[in-house]
Amino acid sequence: MTDQTVRAPQTVTRTPRARAEGEEAYLEVTDLHVQFPTADGKVQAVQGLSYALPLRRTLAIVGESGSGKSVSSMAILGLHDRKSTWISGSIKVGGKEVVGMSEKDLMSYRGADAAMIFQDPQSSLHPFFTIGAQITESYRAHHNVSKRAAKARAVDMLGRVGIPNPSRRVDQYPHEFSGGMRQRAMIAMALVNDPKLLIADEPTTALDVTVQAQILDLIADLQRDFGSAVVFITHDLGVVAEIADDILVMYGGNAVEHGPVEKILGSPLHPYSWGLLESIPAVSGTPGPLHPIPGSPPSLLAMPSGCAFHPRCEFRDRVGGDLCRTLKPELIPRTADQGRTSRCHLKEPDKVFETEVLPRLP
Amino acid sequence: MTTTDKSGIKRVAGAPLLELNDVKMHFRTKGEGLLARGTKWVQAVDGVSLTVQPGETLGLVGESGCGKSTTARLITRLLEPTAGEIKYEGVDIAHMSERKLRPYRREIQLIFQDPYSSLNPRHTVGTIVGTALRTHGMVPKGGELKRVQELLEVVGLNPEHYNRYPHEFSGGQRQRIGIARALAARPKIIVADEPVSALDVSIQAQVMNLLENLRKELGIAFVFIAHDLGVVRHFCDRVAVMYLGRMVEEGPRDALYETPQHPYTQALLSAVPDIGVVRGVPPKHRIRLVGDVPSPVDPPSGCRFRTRCWKAEEICATSDPALERKPVGDTVVACHFAEPPVESIVAEAV
Repeated sequence: MTDQTVRAPQTVTRTPRARAEGEEAYLEVTDLHVQFPTADGKVQAVQGLSYALPLRRTLAIVGESGSGKSVSSMAILGLHDRKSTWISGSIKVGGKEVVGMSEKDLMSYRGADAAMIFQDPQSSLHPFFTIGAQITESYRAHHNVSKRAAKARAVDMLGRVGIPNPSRRVDQYPHEFSGGMRQRAMIAMALVNDPKLLIADEPTTALDVTVQAQILDLIADLQRDFGSAVVFITHDLGVVAEIADDILVMYGGNAVEHGPVEKILGSPLHPYSWGLLESIPAVSGTPGPLHPIPGSPPSLLAMPSGCAFHPRCEFRDRVGGDLCRTLKPELIPRTADQGRTSRCHLKEPDKVFETEVLPRLP
Repeated sequence: MTTTDKSGIKRVAGAPLLELNDVKMHFRTKGEGLLARGTKWVQAVDGVSLTVQPGETLGLVGESGCGKSTTARLITRLLEPTAGEIKYEGVDIAHMSERKLRPYRREIQLIFQDPYSSLNPRHTVGTIVGTALRTHGMVPKGGELKRVQELLEVVGLNPEHYNRYPHEFSGGQRQRIGIARALAARPKIIVADEPVSALDVSIQAQVMNLLENLRKELGIAFVFIAHDLGVVRHFCDRVAVMYLGRMVEEGPRDALYETPQHPYTQALLSAVPDIGVVRGVPPKHRIRLVGDVPSPVDPPSGCRFRTRCWKAEEICATSDPALERKPVGDTVVACHFAEPPVESIVAEAV
């Protein structure tokens, strides 16, 4: 038997970051609309989304497929095809207006001010080029440096994202990397120009849970080192609980709830957020029955009138005057707590949650 | 005592519904490069043993490449194992001919992960479910359509929609069609390979509740394969953890989730992000596993987890630990240094 120190596993515990209130927003999205005209009609993917995010903070955008979470984030990088997309509203990143930015300005903005990590590293890396070539290309697009200097930078970045033996790995092709390593390489590529805004679109969904844990640690570490703002798109509330400072819950192309993570996951105010919490089986505690949300998400071609969630909401009858069906609620504070907003007509949602929803959470 | 019923299935009285004994599935691959020589074998499943009793649910968890989906294909005999026994009610079906297998195919059904590619887009729902009825000779006296509509109703679809095509349904509804097709054969056991992982959270819970009701009402046994440990905990009586083609731990659900003994099980459970953090549950110590899963072509000697294990010593490289019951704990575990997690030992001492 060896001594205890050798036998103990290497463990980490994430500590919540101290809150710094009232910081200036680096990313500011105001009344964003994104629509795609199609043969079947106009797909209203995002309908009036507004939020702000300061540096050194992580915002998790949560929602199901078709909620507009990816579409709104692609708009931040100006990735939508101008010919087939209709965008209005404003997206300001570090003071620059992205909506309507020329293609030339977008080229220097992307990568340098804001960068994106995609869900599937397999299809986001080019199979014909080495990892190093892909990272140096991105670096040399923004820096006037020699190939040799760019490659040294690529090796350095691969080392920082935890790829062992980076000077050898830099000359390998994507297929020679495992899934987790490819995601690390993607992160290295996104961070090579020190962007102040990092958008991660489901970066761990395709990964195994132990690899996911490694990548979440890495993103949190890098954010601390680089001081960037992170938008983390996911559908996994467990991941949100571990990594985010704030949450934006999206449904049917709009934000339905926004606020600090411990409040939105601890005592949410919107019936859709309640439904999500009641749908997730826990890995600890006493297993309880699940209470799924009935029905399915709305079609973006034919959005319900009033509140987009009303056809699936079990609380709509509590609101008088058929309000849920006729009037779209505003995203405003609903309780004494001004630091959080939700989009719902229901009166005293905090009491409804305490007395009716909390007792039946799984 | 062995009996043979009119469908041609032999049944041994008292035998478990399903029993796998040291089942192996090795796939042949070519060497790398143009001039490569010699065949290599991917040891996808390498000595898996398990039993399922009637009406029981067994969960199979593990990361990609651990062999859980190959195990599903072996149980349903879509693959013929390289070695080992697959016994259904006491009779070995591991190498049975296609003709003899037919009645067994009726009783062992499969639900697939992807509700898009597992339904024929050119067939109506009525045809998809009806074909299953006809194939297995299960068309009742009242006619095929009536039974199809009954089945659609059981899985929560509108029975009037039998003449619609798969593309007219959402992902969750398609998964229900796949379930109706499996139920058409009146199976005794359903192998569900990641049945909810392609679905959105709210839809996932709907399908889980449906599966749970079917299990309770029809008494069907399940082999439930998923990578989501929360989903498996919710649905299964017993859970088996796989790593690189082997089973490393198996036991009753609560014992496995609360006092896991294998280092890999402990690491796996500790890596699951838990929403409880924000509700005041103290954050758990996450075990950080280093490196990647080794290649199944050339797995490590001895214990296959040793290359990533913090407890590994010389014996782990030389001697392959057997899956066995230890003096403490309620699970069977394949590890030389198996012990409950440190916190639970402390909790018991207090």
